[in-house]
Amino acid sequence: MAILNSKIPEGPVHLKWSKYKETQNLVNPANKRKLDIIVVGTGLAGASAAASFAEMGFKVKAFCYQDSPRRAHSIAAQGGINAAKNYPNDGDSIYRLFYDTVKGGDYRARESNVYRLAEVSNAIIDQAVAQGVPFAREYGGYLSNRSFGGAQVSRTFYAKGQTGQQLLLGAYSSLNRQIGLGTVEMYNRTEMMDVVIVDGRARGIVTRNMLNGKIESHFGHAVVLATGGYGNVFFLSTNAMGSNGSAIWKAYKKGAMFSNPAFVQIHPTCIPVHGEFQSKLTLMSESLRNDGRIWVPKKKEDAEAIRAGKMKPTQIAEEDRDYYLERRYPAFGNLVPRDVASRAAKERCDAGYGVGSGQAVYLDFKTAIERLGQKVIEDRYGNLFQMYEKIVDENPYLTPMMIYPAIHYTMGGLWVDYELQSTVPGLFVAGEANFSDHGANRLGASALMQGLADGYFVLPYTIQNYLADQIGVARMKPQEHAAFKQAEEEVRTFINKMMSVKGNESVDSLHKRLGKIMWDYVGMARNKEGLELAIKEIQKLKKEFWEKVRIPGKADSLNTELEKANRVADFLELGELMARDALMREESCGGHFREEHQTPEGEALRHDEQFMFVGTWEYKGENQEAMLHKEGLKYEAIEVKVRNYKK
Amino acid sequence: MSDKNINIKVKVWRQVDANDKGRFETYEVNNVSTDSSFLEMMDVMNESLVQQGKEPVAFDHDCREGICGMCSLFINGRAHGPDTLITTCQLHMRKFKDSQTITVEPWRAKGFPVIKDLIVDRTAFDKILHAGGFVSVNTGNAPDANAIPISKPAADEAMDAASCIGCGACVATCKNSSAMLFVAAKVSQLALLPQGKIEAARRAKAMVAKMDDLGFGSCSNTGACEMECPKGISLSNIARLNREYLVANVTD
Repeated sequence: MAILNSKIPEGPVHLKWSKYKETQNLVNPANKRKLDIIVVGTGLAGASAAASFAEMGFKVKAFCYQDSPRRAHSIAAQGGINAAKNYPNDGDSIYRLFYDTVKGGDYRARESNVYRLAEVSNAIIDQAVAQGVPFAREYGGYLSNRSFGGAQVSRTFYAKGQTGQQLLLGAYSSLNRQIGLGTVEMYNRTEMMDVVIVDGRARGIVTRNMLNGKIESHFGHAVVLATGGYGNVFFLSTNAMGSNGSAIWKAYKKGAMFSNPAFVQIHPTCIPVHGEFQSKLTLMSESLRNDGRIWVPKKKEDAEAIRAGKMKPTQIAEEDRDYYLERRYPAFGNLVPRDVASRAAKERCDAGYGVGSGQAVYLDFKTAIERLGQKVIEDRYGNLFQMYEKIVDENPYLTPMMIYPAIHYTMGGLWVDYELQSTVPGLFVAGEANFSDHGANRLGASALMQGLADGYFVLPYTIQNYLADQIGVARMKPQEHAAFKQAEEEVRTFINKMMSVKGNESVDSLHKRLGKIMWDYVGMARNKEGLELAIKEIQKLKKEFWEKVRIPGKADSLNTELEKANRVADFLELGELMARDALMREESCGGHFREEHQTPEGEALRHDEQFMFVGTWEYKGENQEAMLHKEGLKYEAIEVKVRNYKK
Repeated sequence: MSDKNINIKVKVWRQVDANDKGRFETYEVNNVSTDSSFLEMMDVMNESLVQQGKEPVAFDHDCREGICGMCSLFINGRAHGPDTLITTCQLHMRKFKDSQTITVEPWRAKGFPVIKDLIVDRTAFDKILHAGGFVSVNTGNAPDANAIPISKPAADEAMDAASCIGCGACVATCKNSSAMLFVAAKVSQLALLPQGKIEAARRAKAMVAKMDDLGFGSCSNTGACEMECPKGISLSNIARLNREYLVANVTD
């Protein structure tokens, strides 16, 4: 177990971060200029880290696969960002945000990291406002707040339904300033293909230029991966089409351990699947649950009539509607956390009460419109209503929205210690790509908080502590260095191997098949038999991939099929590890629901005495089973309880 | 929902690389659900090209929910196709008729050279922002977020300007290939807020100079950009940019 040293500072939880900062090593300004940092990914975590490092004086190289850093998928986050400002004077505090986040994560997150997250949350709001992020304001000119799931206070700051966009554009503007000053070298349309390890430390990356296929490598005294989550293993998710797990997976295969891969968030309010050509799923912000009420018909015959198109939801009388979240969870009602809301929707649909195709429930604004008027609802959610109408072709002001859960976020990721350093020295991991803060379920409006906390206020400190003893290391020249040349050669071989399969099945069709296995057996409800079957099926599909994949075009030019194939090759392996992790974890917690482990009321049943640990996997080689390591979780500042949103 | 299937022809621009002259090719796509998005139709078309061993049509896309700004496309002569206030990825096939021929082209503008097929190079937008699209504040400098109250109308107006997704539809639509709406949106957002006001004049000047430098045309106020902007960015931002620019030159 000693292999996982989380390096949590001594002392009470509220003093750990201050103590760390007071005693850590620093790098003086003259030496910062001699140190290079590579940042992969330019979402909230990557852009904020790259900009902050450059402001401090480090030389930064930043990479993204999109045509501009502004397009990273953080841009799509809608609802908001949490902070413990307590501006509404409703009883919030750093402790309470910390407590809610640990409880929301079903007691599977590392306490010290979560406390630090809550502690720096307020500075994020300050920083964003200073950059010109146009948060919503009240008439007095002060910032406005709303509520999100899993909290009884209003601590969420927002910019219409485009909070992620505005926060990312804020971080991107800071990044732009540094690019303009020449302190950040930006590489767009560039995919990371591998991490380069020299004498046991991460010293750079190999990249593929997506415009001309050129394989190159880059040196850095430290490497930061901020490449987001791996939800696209499921093919259909709310992630962007290009979101992928390849950077972290390639790092995993180079020695960075992977934690809790099975912890996936399924978001309750997404637009239901329309057909077999569906390419992605669209989220409807959780903020809608502030005013929208979720229901299905109380009578099965009504649900059947609706599915057959013989009845409209507006024809169902109030007393014949089952507001099942309000019924089951009176204290939190429609604002229960996402895992709870998703499972409850599945339960109703599986029992035959679903609407639409049968895999949908209603999100209804009738009561809110009656109470507040359509104008207020329009002000609050206008852009979301418009988005819904464009996709579904129905007016949600007149008829309730239909929603169903979809894959949204991955809590699992590369293992990191308190400093956000992986098990490979010099390789740091930030944002959704790491595992650290959300346990088995992330609360709404906490992803933006974590990404920016890591990038603005955690890494700028902890990376210095690492780099302080690297000042004597001279910049390496990748063209002349054996380790870099070898890593490049391995990448070329891998690409050639994929190109030379010349089979007859498209990448997308293989990916869809993987997605179906994952959704059926490693999705919202899991069991031993299904997981064992999934592992076999995924292995079979992986074999098929390497026999059948067809990639037209050439490797040394812009080739979108090759880009996808590279990602799917990794998803096939990552999917198997997810199933293994889910199989190992013989309990239900947060988003991980094992059917064998539930209370008589159908709630998740944890087994703390056996499973209060971070399940961390070590790569053991091609076609070898990964090895499990456990980081035990200790809760000193919080009393561990059964998660209860009923009272 | 209006679920039915249609058969269409897609007349699409193919261009191997920047040096290639390029040409239209026409592909038949059958049994397209009208509930599909336009890009899902493109996926179906590409899947069939791959099955035939041909290279699929390259196009930019990512979030597929109208916010990342990566998708582009001139569809039947309009940026982001025949609907308003949406991006191409939000366009649905119910806007088209059975047996219709749909013409698909890349953005065409001097500032956005074609890379391949429907993919263009929009890094010029980033370069304009490098020149001044920011508030010069380092991480850790900020005072409490509520220290400076901002009137709700100003905050709301800044938010409207800030909702630009940088897709380039304004440039592609403009007969002069001007980037004024894009530049004006950023200049306005920051000029409206006290945090950005301090550098407003310098910012306007630097960004306009960069825009001119990169080969974008000038604005002749036709308003076409506003009509086609998927986020409805208002032309009044250009008036504000002109004011800031004037101030910058007067104070010089």
